Amino acid sequence: MSDLIDLTIVEAREGLDNGDFSAQEYTQAHLDQIEQANKALNAFILPTPEKALEMAKASDERIGKGEAGLLEGVPLGIKDLFCTKDVRTTACSHILNGFEPPYESTVTSNLWEAGAVMLGKLNLDEFAMGSSNETSYYGPCINPWRRDGDEAQLVPGGSSGGSASAVAAHLCAAATATDTGGSIRQPAAFTGTVGLKPTYGRVSRWGIVAFASSLDQAGPITRSVEDAALMLQVMASHDEKDTTSVDRPVPDYRVAMGEKVKGLTIGIPKEYRVDGMGQEIEDLWQQGIEWFKEAGANVKEVSLPHTKYALPAYYIVAPAEASSNLARYDGVKYGLRVEGDDIIDMYENSRAQGFGAEVKRRILIGTYVLSAGYYDAYYLKAQKVRTRIKQDFDTVFQDVDVLLTPTTPSPAFAMGEKTGDPLEMYLNDIFTVTVNMAGLPGISVPAGQSSTGLPLGLQLIGKPFDEGSLLKTAKIIEEAAGELPQPEKWWG
Amino acid sequence: MQINEETVRKIAHLARVKVTQDEAKALEGELSAILTWVGELDEVDTNDVEPMTSAVETAMKMREDEVTDGGYAPRVTKNAPMSEDNFFVVPKVVE
Repeated sequence: MSDLIDLTIVEAREGLDNGDFSAQEYTQAHLDQIEQANKALNAFILPTPEKALEMAKASDERIGKGEAGLLEGVPLGIKDLFCTKDVRTTACSHILNGFEPPYESTVTSNLWEAGAVMLGKLNLDEFAMGSSNETSYYGPCINPWRRDGDEAQLVPGGSSGGSASAVAAHLCAAATATDTGGSIRQPAAFTGTVGLKPTYGRVSRWGIVAFASSLDQAGPITRSVEDAALMLQVMASHDEKDTTSVDRPVPDYRVAMGEKVKGLTIGIPKEYRVDGMGQEIEDLWQQGIEWFKEAGANVKEVSLPHTKYALPAYYIVAPAEASSNLARYDGVKYGLRVEGDDIIDMYENSRAQGFGAEVKRRILIGTYVLSAGYYDAYYLKAQKVRTRIKQDFDTVFQDVDVLLTPTTPSPAFAMGEKTGDPLEMYLNDIFTVTVNMAGLPGISVPAGQSSTGLPLGLQLIGKPFDEGSLLKTAKIIEEAAGELPQPEKWWG
Repeated sequence: MQINEETVRKIAHLARVKVTQDEAKALEGELSAILTWVGELDEVDTNDVEPMTSAVETAMKMREDEVTDGGYAPRVTKNAPMSEDNFFVVPKVVE
């Protein structure tokens, strides 16, 4: 039965409908794989096998009655940032110790409504703050990939490290993830998976633990572009409970994906050619350009002059919004409480013990830039720079349909390699963060391998709400790259 | 932008996070480095530029001012570290 875990969602849905195997068998195959691999990978921080089998049984009944939903019987991993009713949700922070939400996030509700099965909750950087999944209270998640001939443990990227690792190691058919500065696309690139960050407002944020509300957006991590389309189809919705969710119909992404790319114009932003970017990344990018030319697309060099300011602006906006969002964790309403001499002391003790070092660092930066006398110099300035960044994209998108860039400046790095210097860690998001600042959709697609045998990804950036063009161009890369190697199953 | 340990302590108190002597020392360097780096933004001309408020032009949605949810205090207080009769319990704040 082990081959069931190698199916894409699209293949599995066909097999389930044809009665080749049951949803319970399909789910059990994943539960067995979790049992076998999770000790080594630490991707799932809370497997929910009983719930999974119960949901799979209900799926089998619906399939039997001919009432299968779009994701009927498909076992998913859920990033532990999504609130799941009566199932512990912690954002991988000690401060949410034992929190069991009395409600379900809109995204997960949509997924269960479509028949998906929950395998459990996935690891992430604490409150989604990180690029390596090393800041989780539940310990780091490990990348199933290793360098050729080297047993060093590598990071899966972050913050959706658990999602990426679990999908890459076939512990789940697909996973939910979130992206504030690159947290879907960077881990997808590091693990050879497909990561799609939709346009801001396409997917409801309701019931997702908030990090930076003007940037956060949920999306899927999958093993194929078609699966990404299917997941987005179900995750996207207009939601009255999130005022920033956009009231426009969700198009049929699978139809959009089948359209031709001939005649499309692909923009190549010259500012993404940065110092210190490896030659193999440069070569991969060039390869991508060739693939699009062969597919009949036009390729054009373009300029996004404010690119280099996106990351510093992000490190004002994101911490500022985080410091405000995380003010709710006070030892009173839920989670950890550490008593003190008085109420202020109790707040300070609870937050000191509940938050990890990176979260504290960002709360303090955010508090500083929002404090009296500094608001204009920092937050307002950063929001104006954001307008400049968006104007760059608006201008370029008059002439091109999508932009092609590398996803990351390097392949996955080793555990502990970048934890010493926060700024060095932040630079990981240099190619992904611009997309969040402008609210655009972006996708990372596996496109090749490094000289050390690690996966590398290419990123496509689209116009607002043009996920359809992203998916069809992503498909070109997927097809041109062909069958890419899978990680060796060193975990037993 | 260089900030000193006293400023770190002041911000930490504003953020209601207790910091140890060692943490304050380390944060002094880390926060200064980050604030110096974000200072790069001063190079960008933002005269006559409106701050970005949303990715796509949208009008604020309005709805009727009426109660649409609630009435389940036990569920709301279920996760509280301390609660009594559906109230959150905090240390004494008024003498």
